[in-house]
Amino acid sequence: MYPSKFDYYRAGSVSEALSLMQQHEDAKLLAGGHSLVPVMNLRLATPPVLIDIGRIGDLKGISSVGGSVKIGPLTTHAMIEASADVPALMSQAASGIADPQVRNRGTIGGNIAHADPASDWPTVLTALGATINIAGSNGERSVGATDFFQGLFETSLEENEIITSISVPSHGEGTGSSYAKLFHPASGYAIVGAAAVITMSGGQCTGASVAVGGLTECATKAPSVEAALTGKALNEATIAAAADAVAGDLTGDILSDFQTSAAYRKAMVKVYVKRAVSAAAGI
Amino acid sequence: MTVNISVTINGTTYQKDVEPRTLLVHFIRDTLGLTGTNIGCDTVQCGACTIHMDGMAIKSCATLAVQADGSQITTIEGLAKDGELHPMQQAFWDNHGLQCGYCTPGMIMAATKLVENNPGITEEEIRHGLEGNLCRCTGYANIVKSIKAAAQAMGGGA
Ligand SMILES: Cc1cc2nc3c(=O)[nH]c(=O)nc-3n(C[C@H](O)[C@H](O)[C@H](O)COP(=O)(O)OP(=O)(O)OC[C@H]3O[C@@H](n4cnc5c(N)ncnc54)[C@H](O)[C@@H]3O)c2cc1C
Ligand code: FES
Ligand code: FES
Repeated sequence: MYPSKFDYYRAGSVSEALSLMQQHEDAKLLAGGHSLVPVMNLRLATPPVLIDIGRIGDLKGISSVGGSVKIGPLTTHAMIEASADVPALMSQAASGIADPQVRNRGTIGGNIAHADPASDWPTVLTALGATINIAGSNGERSVGATDFFQGLFETSLEENEIITSISVPSHGEGTGSSYAKLFHPASGYAIVGAAAVITMSGGQCTGASVAVGGLTECATKAPSVEAALTGKALNEATIAAAADAVAGDLTGDILSDFQTSAAYRKAMVKVYVKRAVSAAAGI
Repeated sequence: MTVNISVTINGTTYQKDVEPRTLLVHFIRDTLGLTGTNIGCDTVQCGACTIHMDGMAIKSCATLAVQADGSQITTIEGLAKDGELHPMQQAFWDNHGLQCGYCTPGMIMAATKLVENNPGITEEEIRHGLEGNLCRCTGYANIVKSIKAAAQAMGGGA
């Protein structure tokens, strides 16, 4: 299998990519190609034009700026896995994506633009309160992760827009984070994923940010869980009770397929929220 | 549309016009005739097409030839040096790390990078590191054994 015919242009900079997008209607950006090329091989996508942004050096790499970490969209999963500068759950989540070969090519920007409900970065970035920075023909804008992910393979990216960086707040003193994932045994994608960022002070939870994905159309925050954790002394019982509250946060359809029913995913999400919160809190 | 690309494979630089839709694995196999790299699945899951591009193990069925323009590539044909098998190839031979052999080029290309990047690699790390390579014959036991032996021969090994 191979893709249907398309024209190919290589952008040397973000502005060149933007002007190429304006010139070529229905063009698709190409980063690592590890979501796009497989769907083109299956002819599920047949874009007439690809604009390769993979060589724009400015879009690749991780840097610390003040209290946050700036991640270029072309940063590969392998680079994040190896980084000591990103919050703990990011390198942890990166190491669980697919396999080493895919992690060497797949990028965080391509992953979130693709917005596969079974992918890991949407859940992780939602829990982290990340900001997605975007450039378009009308200038630049920034969107919070919770507003960026809108549905099945659907984001708030407009046509002719490009993700230029992702900003995540660095962890302060007393903050831990973790990502717990129920792996699909064949593909490695998330059947259920839970990400938690927990701040502890004197045995008490003073801040909690929890997100879940995999079982819903897009990653979502779990405010009921957060409320049940905040202000509590955390132990196995309080964490289990808080994790059970995730049921109330699952709005919209629960995904199901011939292998994994909605009921199974709903049962599992509690388990994985509990695991993520416990690990983030160090309990 | 065709695009002119220049790729160095196993030390030889090839300059060719390719259709943009040409997959790197097809460029390697069909355009250059290096058929050691296999295609096992077309869905990026089996790892039979694993090669080294700019020092990293990658799957050439999910990479376009145009994306490889300017890169340095090693395929299974380029692993032996001066008529001597690479220690990983030798270890697969010695430990019966293959049956039909279809997955073997990809296994060996993936495994050489696993060991180079982690000389003291453990059995668990080997198994985890082979998540992107499927074998329908061996049950993996002898593949893992081969990689452990190669890690020792390459100067590490837990
Ligand atoms: C076998 C396999 C297993 C996988 N398992 C997992 C897994 O367990 N978890 C997981 O999370 N993912 C998984 N993935 C997906 C993988 O992480 C992809 O690499 C990633 O989703 C896409 O990144 P890319 O750079 O390859 O994007 P591409 O395929 O190049 O692009 C994907 C989409 O994003 C758009 N795009 C790319 N960059 C930008 C940008 N800067 N701005 C705007 N739009 C952009 C493209 O136009 C395209 O529509 C798996 C993939 C494979 C092949
Ligand atoms: S042929 Fe590339 S992963 Fe199967
Ligand atoms: S030896 Fe036959 S597929 Fe691995």
